Amino acid sequence: MDTKTLKKYFNEMYADNGAVREIYKRYGHWLKNLPDGTLARRNAEAELLFRRLGITFAVYGETVEAERLIPFDIVPRIFGASEWQRLELGLKQRVRALNAFLHDIYHDQEIIKAGIISAHQVLNNTQYRPEMKGVDLPNQVYAHIAGIDLVRIAENDFYVLEDNLRTPSGVSYMLENRKTMMRLFPELFVKHAIEPVEHYPQMLLNTLREAAPPNVAYPVIVVMTPGSYNSAYFEHAYLASQMGVELVEGQDLFVHQQKVYMHTTEGPQQVHVIYRRVDDDFIDPRVFRPDSTLGVPGLMAAYCSGNVALANGVGTGVADDKSTYLFVPDMIRFYLGEAPLLSNVPTWRLSEPDDLSYVLAHLPELVIKEVQGSGGYGMLIGPTSSKAEIEAYRLRILAEPAKFIAQPTLALSSCPTLVESGVAPRHVDLRPFVLSGKDVRIAPGGLTRVALTEGSLVVNSSQGGGTKDTWVLEN
Amino acid sequence: MLSRTAENLFWMARHIERAENTARVLDVAHRTSLLPLDIEGTQAYLWYAPLNITGCAECYEVKYGLAKADTVSHYMALDPDNPTSIYSCLKLARENARTVRGAITSEMWEVINDTWLELNSLPKQMDYEKFRDFFDWVKNRSHLFRGVTLDTIIKDVGLSFIKLGTFLERADNTARILDVKYHILLPSLNDVGGAADYYQWGSLLKSVSAFEAYQKIYRDVISPQRVSELLIFRDDMPRSLHACMDEVEDALRAINGHSGKEAQRLAGEQHAALHFGLTQDAFSEGLHEFLTDFLKNTALLSREIREAYLSRQDTAMIRQLTT
Repeated sequence: MDTKTLKKYFNEMYADNGAVREIYKRYGHWLKNLPDGTLARRNAEAELLFRRLGITFAVYGETVEAERLIPFDIVPRIFGASEWQRLELGLKQRVRALNAFLHDIYHDQEIIKAGIISAHQVLNNTQYRPEMKGVDLPNQVYAHIAGIDLVRIAENDFYVLEDNLRTPSGVSYMLENRKTMMRLFPELFVKHAIEPVEHYPQMLLNTLREAAPPNVAYPVIVVMTPGSYNSAYFEHAYLASQMGVELVEGQDLFVHQQKVYMHTTEGPQQVHVIYRRVDDDFIDPRVFRPDSTLGVPGLMAAYCSGNVALANGVGTGVADDKSTYLFVPDMIRFYLGEAPLLSNVPTWRLSEPDDLSYVLAHLPELVIKEVQGSGGYGMLIGPTSSKAEIEAYRLRILAEPAKFIAQPTLALSSCPTLVESGVAPRHVDLRPFVLSGKDVRIAPGGLTRVALTEGSLVVNSSQGGGTKDTWVLEN
Repeated sequence: MLSRTAENLFWMARHIERAENTARVLDVAHRTSLLPLDIEGTQAYLWYAPLNITGCAECYEVKYGLAKADTVSHYMALDPDNPTSIYSCLKLARENARTVRGAITSEMWEVINDTWLELNSLPKQMDYEKFRDFFDWVKNRSHLFRGVTLDTIIKDVGLSFIKLGTFLERADNTARILDVKYHILLPSLNDVGGAADYYQWGSLLKSVSAFEAYQKIYRDVISPQRVSELLIFRDDMPRSLHACMDEVEDALRAINGHSGKEAQRLAGEQHAALHFGLTQDAFSEGLHEFLTDFLKNTALLSREIREAYLSRQDTAMIRQLTT
């Protein structure tokens, strides 16, 4: 095993002296006694299962090859009951605060009046939707489904990397990964008491019911997809079928007198809750992008008059923006009066003189991002940049320091992963899914993403990332 | 049920049935081509028949010219450019299934998806002698799909639309097979009752899995009247027009819905003609005319079903809301 990696990064299975950590004891014992080649064989089985079930990601194309599988790693990632409990509390707290923030900025804007976050920061954000001002949503929930990306640096050191409050995806992999693991390794599930995740679709259904307009006793719920060519189409179809609701496209819906109906074989049927996996920009060509063919003309009018609920609500993007992220701990203190249980990644704001001088002295170790930038553009990754690149960036910072933030290069924890040479440590992150209705609910664990390339810290599926089943052990 | 879902279920079933029918038609052509028949132009007749049945003779000629065993087989089985080839049908069926994955069972999806994956693992050009195995495989996959469907899907309107697609396509195909045989392969009265005729009618029966049934029921030489009776009027013959229209009528009754009155009426009318019709009347009218009428009415019925249940016109829907 690569000892350098072991020392530098937190390995979730092995302690620094090479001993198996308590939480992985049973699994480690089982793994040690496994006959040679068993893992590789079951891995091949898993791949076959996924292909047969058609669990594919990436853009749907003409050829079979175009439907790529997202790689599934058969070594599980394990959390103990108490460490998960701490995470769960922190996640619920964070999402409560984010929803409170969204309600506030579309109503009285107390947080701006209190001077905690500037009006400019909120109102000039491209994701702020003035159409939502004064619109009351059931339970004051905007982000019904949130995916909060976490990374681990040490035994008790977790950081929130990003909040996803628009249309977070990946939960179908969490569910299918579990199903596959149970099929491949039933003996492991006998040996461990693992918190189930299979009830996620029911939790989601309850959450959506609670989002319905208040006077509707039996709400009709649908999942709305951009269509079968969307990269996450499998997930849309999967969730609809697991919840037993219709999967609709924009073309299946129409609005009449501010009510939404779907075309059925029995005629028009009214719809009360739309779990939409279509971005704000595309949901209604009359209000947002006029060239959108994915949406429903008149949907926003129906939504704003309270006849239909959208999950997630419109305008949540302003809260998961990179520059708003900085203020989430403040939101928790402001709205909930609590100390944040989960930390943000330490961030230096270069508009502050002290931060600026520290950052300028440590550029080769840090990641510098533009406040308004997104998608990794205009970033400086210190440790992998040349001297010349760093010096050029230094000049850009000095010209306009307020445009930048800096973060440490994170040492993501690693988990044992099956690769060609055998089982070896690879870096992971975690996306738990947080549901908000009358209550806040979480399926234990979430989706673990793993960077399959040795040394890589990039877990995105587009860059060779895979996924793992995530276990939370019962007490 | 969503109109779009119903539409995809209908077409999913229709495409699978069409793939099976094409395999059957080609299979018979292959069998027949092995017989030592000494009729002038047999080869050309033989290989135009499958093209005519599926209505793709013209497109074929543009691409390949004369009808020949290997090119017709390839064109109708594997050619992605031919929208009615088995390949295209199975591809479309999978696309339909994928679009409404939530409305079918995982078992059904696995059959359709496996079929597509297996089809793609085959060589793009197939050796001529491998085709027979391929046709058997297509038929088996189609049988498997229907079996799995009936065994796993809930008996609601979804199943009714699947049945509608299956049996409209099957009725259409049986009528076409009979029609092509009638006006292509019955050239002169001298041949009637001869060895050639026996083999031709025999292969027609085999193409719709009716050869054994014929012998069991009639225990006599094969005659055109009896074949027609068996494949048009008998309701106990699974691929006969009568049996297909039984299923279509049942399915439409189960779907019900106020917009489907005209479709139900058309299906009832067609069913009644088969239920109460006489073989000799069909023959005196002319079998070709009879079958042409049937095909025309089936097309009308399909259009009516589309308009009543499958299309998505906001204006029509709003009319329903306001009346």
